[in-house]
Amino acid sequence: MLYQNQYVIVAIFIVLGILLPVVALTLGRWLRPNKPVSEKLTTYESGNVPVGESHIRFNIRYYLFALMFVIFDVETVFLYPWAVAYQQLGLFALVEMLIFVSLLIVGLIYAWKKKVFKWS
Amino acid sequence: MTGWLPGPITWQSFTLYFLVSVAFLLVILGYVTYAIYFERKVIGWMQGRHGPNRVGPLGLLQTVADVAKLLIKEDTIPKKAQRDLFILAPVISFVPSFVVLATIPFTETLYFADLNVGILYYVALSSISTIGIILGGWASNNKYALLGGMRSAAQMISYEIPLVISVVGVIMLSGSLQLSAIVEGQSGGFWNWNFLPQIIGFIVFIVAAVSELNRTPFDLPEAESELVAGYHVEYSGFRFAFFMLAEYVYVFAIASLTTVLFLGGWHPPFPFLDFIPGILWFLLKFSFVVFFLFWLRATFPRVRVDQLMGLGWKVLLPLSLVNIFITAIVYEIFFR
Repeated sequence: MLYQNQYVIVAIFIVLGILLPVVALTLGRWLRPNKPVSEKLTTYESGNVPVGESHIRFNIRYYLFALMFVIFDVETVFLYPWAVAYQQLGLFALVEMLIFVSLLIVGLIYAWKKKVFKWS
Repeated sequence: MTGWLPGPITWQSFTLYFLVSVAFLLVILGYVTYAIYFERKVIGWMQGRHGPNRVGPLGLLQTVADVAKLLIKEDTIPKKAQRDLFILAPVISFVPSFVVLATIPFTETLYFADLNVGILYYVALSSISTIGIILGGWASNNKYALLGGMRSAAQMISYEIPLVISVVGVIMLSGSLQLSAIVEGQSGGFWNWNFLPQIIGFIVFIVAAVSELNRTPFDLPEAESELVAGYHVEYSGFRFAFFMLAEYVYVFAIASLTTVLFLGGWHPPFPFLDFIPGILWFLLKFSFVVFFLFWLRATFPRVRVDQLMGLGWKVLLPLSLVNIFITAIVYEIFFR
């Protein structure tokens, strides 16, 4: 069994995943009615006429969550190879990882104290 | 599955792989059809109702009828929507949900791609769906959709961190990212399954997984009482169906992943039950996890948005980090 054959299968899965929506929506285009009226094409807002712009500035809080996400996602990138090799690495690697994680925990506590996780 | 054809790829083997993958896609679609039926039935029974029982015997064709209805429904794209992105969004959220299934081993011989970076592949791809959801919310040019998309993205990235870190304990015990190797490490009785030695990781994983799936009690992005329908409010017909399909395929993926990582995959709970084929054990555990998700939906109320983020960052993340070090210390003391 050649290892690269596995990725041929992954490629087939990607192609199939794209093909299914394309085929289903094309099939649907032949079957479904198409009678656009201008009322039908307005933006939905509980039956009222839409007020103002929809692409508004969103809450800054989302940006902070994204920032936290990036920090801890990078942490997992370091954790995974460490975890795979842990049984060979031993106690020294454990202490190293403890130092690394506690540095990040300091960041988490700082964000906590700054009330980043509070939704008000 | 790939074990049939050693050696370099030829046109014949490529065609065979392709046909088998198409068959698998059809199995997934069949599963989604009956998962929706089963969900409605189970929730109906739990609420003292019958559930769907009109279309076909016992209502078995209800979902088929629903899909047919969605297929012949008019497809409206609002004039103010950004057309290209609006069309692209459901595809982006569906494709990774199917592609992650390539690496799930169902039995020792039944798998598609036994990648040696299995978990990493799953985690990396499954986060792409978030982009599809946020894109759908943005491209709809609708206030509800934008709010739902933003909430959904914030929730999914917040719970992805504990989900990913809770698996680290499992990786440490098996010393591999390959899913089949992780299952092999759990052979010989249920006391070897990872959910017992990794009980903290298991609980964090389940809670974070339910949240990743946007299911009750964490279904805020689709909270119908406050956001109408969330990010897919402007979608109709089959474009909407692809968002739903992605959601249910992820239920399949998460249930399989839970089975593989924590519930011993195809291994029986007691060694003397070895004569029952592995696929049945896999299906049994898989069905239990799927049922568990439906059960939660019938039982729990929705959490408030301010509690939601707090739970992810203040409870689950520290717990999953502590779990890594507990695992490491226990391993140092007892197994070295």
